Amino acid sequence: MQDVLYFLQQLINGLTIGSAYALIAIGYTMVYGIIGMINFAHGEIYMIGAYTALITITGLASLGVAWLPLVLLVALICAMLVSSSMGWAVERVAYRPVRGRHRLIPLISAIGMSIFLQNYVHLAQGSRNIGFPALIEGGFQFGAADSFQTSISYMQITIFITTLICMTVLSLFISRSRIGRACRAVSQDLGMANLLGIDTNRIISATFVIGAALAAVAGLLLGMYYGSIDPLFGFIAGLKAFTAAVLGGIGSIPGAMLGGLILGVSESMTSGYLSGEYKDVVSFGLLILILLFKPTGLLGKPEVEKI
Amino acid sequence: MSMLVLEDVHTHYGKIEALHGVSVEVNKGEIVSLIGANGAGKTTLLMTICGNPRATSGRVILGGRDITRQATASTMRSGLAIVPEGRRIFSGLTVEENLHMGGFFNSKAEIRKSQDYVYELFPRLKERQYQRAGTMSGGEQQMLAIGRALMSKPQMILLDEPSLGLAPLVIRQIFEIVGHLRDEGITVFLVEQNAHQALNLADRGYVLETGRIRLHDTGANLLANPDVRNAYLGG
Repeated sequence: MQDVLYFLQQLINGLTIGSAYALIAIGYTMVYGIIGMINFAHGEIYMIGAYTALITITGLASLGVAWLPLVLLVALICAMLVSSSMGWAVERVAYRPVRGRHRLIPLISAIGMSIFLQNYVHLAQGSRNIGFPALIEGGFQFGAADSFQTSISYMQITIFITTLICMTVLSLFISRSRIGRACRAVSQDLGMANLLGIDTNRIISATFVIGAALAAVAGLLLGMYYGSIDPLFGFIAGLKAFTAAVLGGIGSIPGAMLGGLILGVSESMTSGYLSGEYKDVVSFGLLILILLFKPTGLLGKPEVEKI
Repeated sequence: MSMLVLEDVHTHYGKIEALHGVSVEVNKGEIVSLIGANGAGKTTLLMTICGNPRATSGRVILGGRDITRQATASTMRSGLAIVPEGRRIFSGLTVEENLHMGGFFNSKAEIRKSQDYVYELFPRLKERQYQRAGTMSGGEQQMLAIGRALMSKPQMILLDEPSLGLAPLVIRQIFEIVGHLRDEGITVFLVEQNAHQALNLADRGYVLETGRIRLHDTGANLLANPDVRNAYLGG
């Protein structure tokens, strides 16, 4: 019984962190799907989302606004707005001018953008860890009081439910809406969409904005979950989310969701049964295995089309 | 009344000139065929009309407006539609979604109307409306490509080798539809390697050879022309 509870605890922790990875991974996968480049500044967009949320929360507290749902909602909206504008601007400034050039050029531009944003936040906010208030406290516990107890915090539930809502809305948007349909069409054949009169630049901007908004949601959630942020907050999370996107099949949205969850669960299982030190070894080892044996990822499609 | 005029159009790919001063005129309500061998520049000519690549010199005039320097997307919103080489349907989207992409800028009611019209023209597409387009046969995909082009209710349609790789029966069906489009008042510019059927259907025709117009006459005269017979109709 105790073993089951322990396993359950790891599973819950894994699903929590994994769903946040999935939120970030969407941004990588959508951008890759549509213009075939890895947006290495995406982790920084997520980090900026977390900072914006923290600044908003602090600001609201100094104004004396204390009603939690309102604080969270305002922080979420501000983070999404700032991150989305950042995502949009990064594409305009750093990627659009070099689009269509050799693959390495946008990649280098992306890395440069990532370094720039990281250092900008270093300068503007300082390099120290800043505490992030845990606004959502408490939780449930299972199991006998004298042995191991599985606990689910309200924060974990919030992360899970928020992710679920975001994913559902995104899936509906992509599959049902006019712009979502255009996103899918552009990702299959950008030139053809252009020949149908569609302004493909606007669709590309839309994917950057959507990806950044979801990253901002993850920024707020994980900021609260971890309890502190710093300018490097986006680096490792971005790398993990990128791994999740490749794991699930880069370019595939359900793949990013699945990849995030698998990565999160395997990390927490490693921490729980082996040692926390090994968790990065396992996640990047998983990435290598996938690249060796199924380079298209779990749900990715090989690039063969019927003529 | 001319729908489309190309005046001394030159087009380059990098430093290589693919079109060496091409002049073509298509009148409203006509079917004009452009025939030529592989590599003559037929697809380049069509794509230059769409603005991708743009003509390096000369003028492209659509419905009286100079579109030489216009962005592809806005040209394609001004009454022009293309059925491109290789069809280029969105294989991961359903048939219906492909059609809706064609009518992207129209209202829901207009889309419904155009869609009913396309399904009437190609009942096969209606049977498959919820199927992923990539799973259909080549002929069905070609029908879809034509249907998608019609969704924007174009005044003029450009067709790039619609018969390529299709069975004779399907080819005949496609050409019938093209003739029908003219009867509905749509101007057609048809690029084909299948010279016999293309010229048979056309009011007028042009012969393109290595980036230059060699001949220009009515469809019937070109069919009777000994040079054309030798080069393109197998003697």
